[in-house]
Amino acid sequence: MSIRLKNIAKTYGKAGRGVSRALEPLDLDIHEGELIGLLGPSGSGKTTLLRIIAGLEAADTMSDRPSSIHFGDRDVTHLHVRDRRIGFVFQHYALFMHMSVFDNVAFGLTALPRKQRPSSGEIRARVQRLLEMVQLESLANRYPAQLSGGQQQRVSLARALALRPDVLLLDEPFGALDAKVRQELRRWLRHLHDELNFTSVFVTHDQEEALELSDRVVVMSNGRIEQIDSPEVLYRSPANRFVFEFLGDVNRLEGHVHDGTLTCGDARLDVDLDEGSHELLLRPHEIKLDEHPTELAHLPVTITAIAPVGAEVRVELEADWLAEPWLATIRHADFERLRIKRGQRLYAIPRQWHQFPAANQRSIASETMS
Amino acid sequence: MITLAQMTGSTPKRVLPGFGLSLGISLTFVSLVLLLPMTSLVGQLSGLSLAEYWAIITEGRVVASYVVTVGAAAVAALVNAAFGLLMAWVLVRYEFPGKRLLDALMDLPFALPTAVAGITLATLYSSNGWMGQLLAPTGLQVAYTWVGIALAMAFTSIPFVVRTVQPILEDMPVQVDEAALTLGASDGTAFRRVILPHLWPALVTGTGLAFVRSLGEFGAIIFIAGNTPYETEITSLMIFVKLQEYDYVGASAIASVVLATSLVLLLAINLWQGRFIKRLHGGKG
Repeated sequence: MSIRLKNIAKTYGKAGRGVSRALEPLDLDIHEGELIGLLGPSGSGKTTLLRIIAGLEAADTMSDRPSSIHFGDRDVTHLHVRDRRIGFVFQHYALFMHMSVFDNVAFGLTALPRKQRPSSGEIRARVQRLLEMVQLESLANRYPAQLSGGQQQRVSLARALALRPDVLLLDEPFGALDAKVRQELRRWLRHLHDELNFTSVFVTHDQEEALELSDRVVVMSNGRIEQIDSPEVLYRSPANRFVFEFLGDVNRLEGHVHDGTLTCGDARLDVDLDEGSHELLLRPHEIKLDEHPTELAHLPVTITAIAPVGAEVRVELEADWLAEPWLATIRHADFERLRIKRGQRLYAIPRQWHQFPAANQRSIASETMS
Repeated sequence: MITLAQMTGSTPKRVLPGFGLSLGISLTFVSLVLLLPMTSLVGQLSGLSLAEYWAIITEGRVVASYVVTVGAAAVAALVNAAFGLLMAWVLVRYEFPGKRLLDALMDLPFALPTAVAGITLATLYSSNGWMGQLLAPTGLQVAYTWVGIALAMAFTSIPFVVRTVQPILEDMPVQVDEAALTLGASDGTAFRRVILPHLWPALVTGTGLAFVRSLGEFGAIIFIAGNTPYETEITSLMIFVKLQEYDYVGASAIASVVLATSLVLLLAINLWQGRFIKRLHGGKG
C-alpha cells in the first residue's frame, strides 16, 4: 500500500511562548512495497514524521494549506491510530511485560471486536506461524524479561505483523542492540520485507543501516527533507553539502585558486576552478598515497595513526597546511607496498574531489524562499 | 565438583563491606522499636487461660466492633483503590498547572494529626456542617454512622494507594500504551489488558496497606463515629475502653487480634507480590 503525505508540518509549544518547529511543511510519496529509511541526526524530525504517519501524533492544521495522509486510496488524515491498520515497532520494544511471548504476539488478534475475532484455534495457529517466522517458536511460553534484546525486538516485530498491517513503521528498531545482532536483524528484516512485500518506513540515525536496508533513503535535517534517492545515487551524487557530510567521513582542503592551481601553504593541487578561495571535500577512499608527488598534486603529509579495519587500512594524515587531520582508507596491498609506518612522510593524491556551495549560502537562500 | 569456597575453606567473602555491623544495628533497632512492645503485649496475655482469652475476644460488643471495623475498612480500601489509582494516573500521565501542589497535597493525610482530621470531618459532616446540610435532603447521614467511619478511614489511608501506584506508573513507558493502540485495542481494552495488569501488584499492595492501616485507625474515626455500642464502635475504641477500665489484659487480648490480622495480611501481600514480580523480572527478582 502506498503512502502519500501532503503538507505535513509539526510545531511544538503554543504560539507566543517558545515555539519550536519540528517539521517544516513537507510532501512525501512512498510507493507500494517500498522499504524507506528516514535518515537524519537527532532533532531532524524523522521520528516525529514517523509518528505522524502512524497517527501517534497529529500534524499541524494549517487553514491555508490543508495537510493529508493517504494509505493507497484510503484517506487516513483524521483516522485514529487504532483504525489506521499499521504495525509499529518501537526502539525499546514496548512489549507487555506481564504477558508471555505468545500472548504478546496474539494481543492484536485477541483485542479485535468479538465479531471479527478469529477462533482461538485460528489465533493459536497464526501466532505459531508468526513465531516460526521470527524463529522464536520454542520461546512461546517465556516472558519478555527472559529474552535477549534481539529476541525481544523479534517478538515485537511478530506482534506488529500479526494483524497483517498495510504499513509497517519502525522507530530506530535496532538502535538499542549491539553491532552484531543489529547486522543480523537488518539482513533478516530485508528478507522478511522481500518475502511479505509490505510497505515499510524505518527511522535511523545510522547512515550505514539506511544505505544497506532501504530501497530509497529520505535524508532529513532541521525538519526538512534534504534528499530522497536510492542509496547508490545518494552516495554518488549527494544533493548538497549536508547530505555529503552526513553520509560518510569527509576531508577538507581549503585554499586559494590562481591560474588553475589551488595552493595552501606548501601544498598544491591543479583544479579547474575560478580564481578565489575554494573549499574542496574528499572522501577517505578518494585519497591515494605515494612516495612521490605527481604533476597535478603536491600534497606532502605525515602518517600519524594506522588502524587496519577489515578490508582496508585507515590512516590518519597530518600536515602544516591542514587545519584538521585527514583520514584516508587504503588497500592492504598499497599499505604493504609503501611499507607505511607512523611518522613516515608521503604524498597524498586525490582521485576525485567534491565541491558544494558553502552551507551558509544555502541556508540564506532557503530563508529568502520561505 | 569442588567449588571455590570449598577450596579456600571458607564462605565466599563479600565485596560490600559492613554487612555484620549494619545488619546487627538494624536488628537491634527492629527489636527495640517493634518486637519488644509486641512481646510485652503478648506477655500480658500469659495470665489468661485459652477459655478466658476466647471469652474476651468473642464478647458480643467486641464482635460487633470487628464487623463494623472490617466492613468500613473494606469499603474505604476499595474506594481508595479506585480513586487512588485515578489520582496516581492524573499525577503521572498529565501535565497541568498546580500539579506539584496536588502531588504535595497527597501526603497531607500522613502529616496531619489524625485527631485534627477527625474533628474536621466531624464538623463538616455533622447535621449543621457544610456537607451535612448539603446531604441532609438526600437522607444520607454520614456523621455518627458507619459511612462516616469509612470516610475517615479513606481519608487517612489514601496516600498508601497513590504512593505505591505512582512510581510503578512512572516506570511504565508510554510506548506500552501506544503499542496497544497501534494494535487496534480500544482505550478500555488497553487499560484492562495492558495497564491494569502492570499496576495490579502495586495496586493490591497499596490497597492492602490502606486496609490494614484502617483496621487500626483511632484518632480520625472516634470523633465522627458516634460510638454507639453494637453499631458504630470500632475495635480500636474497644481497646481504649478496656484501658480506661484499667483492664490491661482485656485490652491486650483484643489488640492481639488486630495485630495478628494485620500481620497475616501483610505477610500474604508480600508473598503474593514476590511471586508476581519474579515473573516480570524473568525469574531473577
